[in-house]
Amino acid sequence: MTDGWLVKNLRAIRGRAYPRVIGAGREPSWIFFEIVLPLFTVAAYAYIYKFMDARAELIGYVVLGGAMTAFWLNVLWNMASQFYWEKEIGNLQLYMIAPISRMSVLAGMALGGMFSTTLHAASTLLIGTLLFNITYQLVDPIMLILIFTTTLVALYGMGMMFASMYLLFGREAHHLSNLLTDPVYLVSGFYFPVNSLGTWAAAGASLIPVTLGLDAMRQLFFSDVSGDGFLPLNIELLILAGLSILFLVLAKYSLSYMEYLGKTTGRLTLRWQ
Amino acid sequence: MAIMHDLRTLKNAAWLGWQMEANWTDPFLFATYSIVKPISATLILVFMYMVVTGGQTNSAFFSYMYVGNALYMYVAEVLFGVTWVIHDDREHYMTLKQVYIAPIKFPAYILGRSAIKIAITSAGVFVTLLFGVIVLGVGIDIGAVDWPLFAASMLLGMSCICVLGLALGGVTFLTAKHSIGINEGVAGVFYVLSGVIFPITALPGWAQSISKVLPITYWMDSMRRALMPETMSEMNSLSGLDVTGLGTFDNLFIMAFLALSAAIFFMISLGVFRYADNVARKQGKIDWTTAY
Repeated sequence: MTDGWLVKNLRAIRGRAYPRVIGAGREPSWIFFEIVLPLFTVAAYAYIYKFMDARAELIGYVVLGGAMTAFWLNVLWNMASQFYWEKEIGNLQLYMIAPISRMSVLAGMALGGMFSTTLHAASTLLIGTLLFNITYQLVDPIMLILIFTTTLVALYGMGMMFASMYLLFGREAHHLSNLLTDPVYLVSGFYFPVNSLGTWAAAGASLIPVTLGLDAMRQLFFSDVSGDGFLPLNIELLILAGLSILFLVLAKYSLSYMEYLGKTTGRLTLRWQ
Repeated sequence: MAIMHDLRTLKNAAWLGWQMEANWTDPFLFATYSIVKPISATLILVFMYMVVTGGQTNSAFFSYMYVGNALYMYVAEVLFGVTWVIHDDREHYMTLKQVYIAPIKFPAYILGRSAIKIAITSAGVFVTLLFGVIVLGVGIDIGAVDWPLFAASMLLGMSCICVLGLALGGVTFLTAKHSIGINEGVAGVFYVLSGVIFPITALPGWAQSISKVLPITYWMDSMRRALMPETMSEMNSLSGLDVTGLGTFDNLFIMAFLALSAAIFFMISLGVFRYADNVARKQGKIDWTTAY
């Protein structure tokens, strides 16, 4: 008896998550590089606000933004560009001939990296909070869970869509990931309220799920006393839910199309181009 | 003879680095990629500053912060570049072992690859500073620049950053491929402790003590003194306090300390590199693959 489609793909998710979980245990230097060291950058941004005698919430925004960078970096480097990396080291064709959805492989990557990413984000939040004595005023924990979960689904959906484009990339993949780091920190307002960019720029940046997710979480954690919020929470949740569906659907079609394009142009297994 | 051999290694490694960095696309797109990232990183700070001050960019502190952030690109890019060279050669192109057994000195190869990073980063730094001066009114006056101090500081600073990169390259032999964590992390240590975007006096006392032994702290200060002497005098005369934490030291002392710390860090880095190299060979990590 053969396994059904669902069982096969659940196995694929587990199978792709496995090396990441095991790898994290066998090679623990990531704890230092991905948890301890990134705190310094967050601290630098917090200290500059302190030096300028900025209002307390802004330091809180930096800590929260610093925590969310973990997820953005994970999506960018460990998910979107991972298909490119797998192609370069010769694993991609194995994924292609396996009777599974490419999205299962990507979901496995996301789940496998979730432990270290969550630890990175949580430690930044915890240590930043203690170091800079930040006070939170969380009034709606249910809404926070909904916003956070929806943001992650939309973000990883976006990562899956990016992964399809990276299938065809050569060395520009590395440069593109590098390019999408700081500019996204800027337009998504990781270290300052996004509405400082102006309404239209903030609206454009809202296509990146972390923009609205971060804005909503700041409103929830700091009760938006300073009026820094960009849109009302319900609307942000609704947009994030829409983005989740949009990116997941686009990812599915985009992966199929790029795979077809890669096969017909002979670039799917082309290495070191 | 040996020096000529090392220089040839350095030159060829730099050429290889340039080809790997730049020949994947046309020059325009490459220039765009090289400039957008540093400008964005700088604009993050500009917006943070504007959120607090309401947009007054004509203060001495704004210029201090802006120039420090622009120069910091050298630290971040070179350190990241070195770690990436190790991972890229070892795990991506899988050529590290061939480079290793070639009759060349590996540190010369690494320094050659770093040299091209410095050249590319220089373009980003130049554009960022130009943008700051023209658009944001950053206080650099070409006529007032102390060129001898600038040249000496640049030479010592770049040597020091390359030497730090060598130590980090050694450490990278022993670690797995950690996405961009190393870039964000190691450079972040200098970002917070070396007076890059705020004076070290903003840090707690114990952290200031660490800052004062880091060569990057003195490099940042000497470069600012060279590029904008008037702004630095203004910073150090604010409220009659030593705002930067180094205001009581003259240029000669700053340069002497930079040279001394660069020499000390050179010895330490070489030691770290040799130790890590030895361990990596013993543990079979020269052709390690960790792309899980």
